[in-house]
Amino acid sequence: MKLSAEIAQVSARKDILLMTHIVLGYPSFETNREVIAQMVANGVDLIEMQIPFSEPMADGPVIIKANQDSLLAGTRLNDCLNFAREMTGTHDIPFLFMTYYNILFKYGIEAFCRRAVEVGVQGFIVPDLPPEEGADYLKYTRQYGLAPIQIFAPTSTPERMSFLSEAGGGFIYCVARRGVTGTQTTFDEEFNNYIAQCRASTDMPLAVGFGISHRDDVQALIGRADIAVIGSETIRLVDRQGAAAVGPFIAGLR
Amino acid sequence: MKNLNGYYGQWGGAFIPEVLHETFRQLKDFYSAARGDPAFWQEYADLMATYSCRPTPLTAADNLSRHFGGARIFIKREDLNHTGAHKANNVMGQGLLVKRMGKGRVIAETGAGQHGVATATMAAKFGFKCTIYMGEEDVMRQRPNVFWMEKLGAEVVPVTTGSKTLKDAINAAFRDWVTNMDNTHYCLGTACGPHPFPEMVAWFQSIIGLEAREQIERQFGKPPARVYACVGGGSNAMGVFQGFLDLPGVELVGVEAGGEGLETGRHAARLASRDGSPGVAQGYKTMFLQDDDGQMRTTHSVAAGLDYVGVSPILTDLWEQGRVRFASATDSEVMAALELTMTREGIIPALESSHAFVQAFKEAGDMSPDEAVIINMSGRGDKDIFTIANAFKDPSWQQFIIDKGKEYEAER
Repeated sequence: MKLSAEIAQVSARKDILLMTHIVLGYPSFETNREVIAQMVANGVDLIEMQIPFSEPMADGPVIIKANQDSLLAGTRLNDCLNFAREMTGTHDIPFLFMTYYNILFKYGIEAFCRRAVEVGVQGFIVPDLPPEEGADYLKYTRQYGLAPIQIFAPTSTPERMSFLSEAGGGFIYCVARRGVTGTQTTFDEEFNNYIAQCRASTDMPLAVGFGISHRDDVQALIGRADIAVIGSETIRLVDRQGAAAVGPFIAGLR
Repeated sequence: MKNLNGYYGQWGGAFIPEVLHETFRQLKDFYSAARGDPAFWQEYADLMATYSCRPTPLTAADNLSRHFGGARIFIKREDLNHTGAHKANNVMGQGLLVKRMGKGRVIAETGAGQHGVATATMAAKFGFKCTIYMGEEDVMRQRPNVFWMEKLGAEVVPVTTGSKTLKDAINAAFRDWVTNMDNTHYCLGTACGPHPFPEMVAWFQSIIGLEAREQIERQFGKPPARVYACVGGGSNAMGVFQGFLDLPGVELVGVEAGGEGLETGRHAARLASRDGSPGVAQGYKTMFLQDDDGQMRTTHSVAAGLDYVGVSPILTDLWEQGRVRFASATDSEVMAALELTMTREGIIPALESSHAFVQAFKEAGDMSPDEAVIINMSGRGDKDIFTIANAFKDPSWQQFIIDKGKEYEAER
């Protein structure tokens, strides 16, 4: 089933969907495996798996460190692809790859898309690839039935949002605020106006990420967004309390 | 330079996060307006003539010319620019643009510290707030520059992520920018990064080539046979090369950091070695030193300013077209060329610039006395006293530092 249809089906049953994030190979694939099992068992609806990159320019300190440590521990792209195949074969929810463009570019964009389909991944989030630079990427993701998820930012104009929506697939990832991943967001009037603008600019479901870390944040998004994205917070949690803490944390969010 | 949407051949582009889209749109608008306005360039040239030391001289290095017994060697003296390097050209130009944009804060990355010092200087003059990102490794290697940046009123933030060097400082500056873009301009220091930076930085640096072309024709009566420049990011090379791009008879030579030798893998030669491959990082497409997965590799050079994984997309295109030839100089060749230039000419090139001297020295002897070569001396070396003294392993300098350390210790 296409990602957008799958999201629509789940949305019919739930107030809001949860998407979580992990950095592949951090702190180890073993821990990734356990964390994902906990996430799925506690109702997570989608998971973005970040393939580590040496230059994660759009990420904040927590995820930068995870990228770096994963690479230092020897994580290779092939390990990430194999692990993805194992996860999509084990758990019945959509999995996405999040990474930076060079990983796809170096592998060959068409080859990467083909491989992603083979390992059962349904779409990509590539924060340093605007549609203007992504002609091949957009062509091959469509050809292989993958969702090229586009990003809206609070600085995006209405015209820009329409253009991005046109290029995108699956859902729209709305960056809740300026800055990088991993710091708190406030849900004020300005945020409401922004989300209203996002909604008016696309027919696709809206995922909201950056700084979503508590039950209150998720509750605040109900009725505004379709998907709440939990990013850096689970990495912090695993660092401090280990993989077993992830289940209760996720269960307490909705 | 042909430029279609920030592309030079297949290189360049603008691979930026969506949150910066509007900021870049605004920057491109202000830059295009400035570029189309002759009054802007005049204001820039006047500023560089009165605040800095432009035009910088073209020095005939007659002792070196005699020593090699071939081509006449000329040195373009960017060391005499204010703050001691070509970096000031770009920074003062961007400073004027920041005034036009009405922003009150500038941020910059720095490797060796030269671009950081130049940016801090510009910020002091124009009354901007200033934050400089510098890899923690570089902060330790370049303490005197950190001292001057702080004294000039800038905040210096040590970057502890990644390899803790220049590329990581660039990532950190981008992260600041995505948070503070409304009042902040990112004053990128070299002809790399997303469009319009390569073109804009090359434009401000073109003042070097404009002057050099006029000077060599006046002093030597005709254009040079060859022009040499060191290449880190590539801004000083782009600067001087632009004066001669329209003359096919002038051979342009870029010299990269050969480090401990290309065969050791410990170098920063993206184009002169076989180790570079096409990639996209830090917002642009060029030849990078990276592994098969696309992860950037660690680089090495005695010169912190050349120790970078990528290279200007404009230079990569000129290389691909065969217009610019690339060579590399090893750390030990650099120290020998530096010593020769100091003792023969009384001129102290920076370690970065000394790479260009190495290649010119290798070739000058085989050329004829009615040919001239220009070496772009991108910066002065006396500011690098700690690094150079260390590279020479100078015993009396080491003793001085030990004694000074004891003195500070006793005062505590």
